[in-house]
Amino acid sequence: MKKPVNYSGRRKFLKNLSLFAVGSLALSGCGPVTMKEFLQKNFRTLSKKEKDEIIKDLEKKYTAKYGKEFHVTDEPAADGVEFGYALDLSRCVGCRRCVYACVKENNQSRDPQIHYIQVLQMEKEKGIDFAHSDVHYNPELVPEEGYFYVPVQCQQCRNPQCTEVCPVKATWQEPDGIVVVDYNWCIGCRYCMAACPYGARHFNWGEPTIPADEVNPETHYLGNRPRMKGVVEKCTFCIKRVRNGKYPACVEICPVGARKFGNLLDPESEIRYILANKRVLVLKQELNTQPRFYYFFGV
Amino acid sequence: MKYYLKTKFKIEYLLFLSVCFLIIRCNDTSEAYKPGQIQKINPESESYLKHEEIAVSPPPFSDGVFPCNDCHAFRKPNPVRRKLEWHEDITDIFNHDSENRWCLDCHDLIKRDSLRLASGKLLDFKESHKLCGQCHGDKLRDWKVGVHGRRTGEWNGKKEYYLCVSCHNPHSPKFKPIKPEAPPFREDEEIK
Ligand code: SF4
Ligand code: SF4
Repeated sequence: MKKPVNYSGRRKFLKNLSLFAVGSLALSGCGPVTMKEFLQKNFRTLSKKEKDEIIKDLEKKYTAKYGKEFHVTDEPAADGVEFGYALDLSRCVGCRRCVYACVKENNQSRDPQIHYIQVLQMEKEKGIDFAHSDVHYNPELVPEEGYFYVPVQCQQCRNPQCTEVCPVKATWQEPDGIVVVDYNWCIGCRYCMAACPYGARHFNWGEPTIPADEVNPETHYLGNRPRMKGVVEKCTFCIKRVRNGKYPACVEICPVGARKFGNLLDPESEIRYILANKRVLVLKQELNTQPRFYYFFGV
Repeated sequence: MKYYLKTKFKIEYLLFLSVCFLIIRCNDTSEAYKPGQIQKINPESESYLKHEEIAVSPPPFSDGVFPCNDCHAFRKPNPVRRKLEWHEDITDIFNHDSENRWCLDCHDLIKRDSLRLASGKLLDFKESHKLCGQCHGDKLRDWKVGVHGRRTGEWNGKKEYYLCVSCHNPHSPKFKPIKPEAPPFREDEEIK
């Protein structure tokens, strides 16, 4: 006797099969990801207990991998704080100290190389002109006659296109304005990279490498903790530092003091003084991304 | 009038004495300013900052040059603008409006360990920013509120400021070109 086809059973079976296939594909593609990590929920839906457990596991994993005691925090945004940044175009000399201070602080991969900050050299005669800018300039000394420098990193848009297009909501804007990525939730589709008009998002095409003696063990879950292959990352205004009251690494290293940072909601902050008293601009204003990253002329 | 008197012999004798003294002082570690030591200064009441005090870096003296009196106590003060027979490291590079200014526009003739404002008021070296601010008032204003210059510390709390002279050589203040760090390897992620 012919058995009637159990349609729903078969569908269930196929569904499970394809889930399994996708799952094992993802697992094999992403290097050493445990089943536990793979089944982990989006960071924003985790309970306190789940977060603590995940963080403890991560600390153990990183400590073992780099031979250094690691700390991972999930310090949330403080009330009454919205971060803003301002960069003095009349001072920047294009020395790229900020680029490498950032790499070090934020544990960016050295090879393949990831830089959150691109310093663009532009001709004074042309003004701000991305099409004719050069990121590979390499003279003996900077600044060069006739040029100025525009460092570009994530502009922490108030109206971010990157978070809008993410199909799995792995990236979002925090209450203090920092746009973050949950690396464990990111599927590596790179839609956000296509959407970002500032080239501010970077993909780990290979397993990131960080020399153990240079790795920064003080990390934030949504920021500078070591990443894995196949995920997107970006500048977070040094979330680990700024949520502890410190200036971002690029602000502190800049030898000409071109970089300014503070709380946009504090009328007495440096950043508010700049907005009130200096000539200020934002990049690609016509796109209505509404950056929290301003450029100004200090002279 | 008595400072104006000089004889060649006296000058050479004093020079010899001061060299001896300098050599002795060089081994002395009890200088007033040590590198890395933070001095507290009080910004004026018009300061825009909430903080009562801001920490500034100590003045960046070259080795063994301070206190000036270690040598100058043995030299007869001479207010006449001239080519110095000493301090070549400074006179060689001096280009801070050198046509119209010289040492005694900022340094005091008698109290060698002090700076001197145009008003005649004496100033400690750790407050040299006030001296710079006589001409560069706009920069001093921006510096006080944290907009001109570099600072480290907390965006909402204690900060360390750098004195003007930590970044600008007061005798040759234009920022000198520096060597850039290496350019990035890849091309694919620049914004165009
Ligand atoms: S460290 Fe400062 S001066 Fe150097 S490139 Fe960066 S912003 Fe410009
Ligand atoms: S600059 Fe790019 S990555 Fe940063 S918030 Fe805006 S759209 Fe997103």
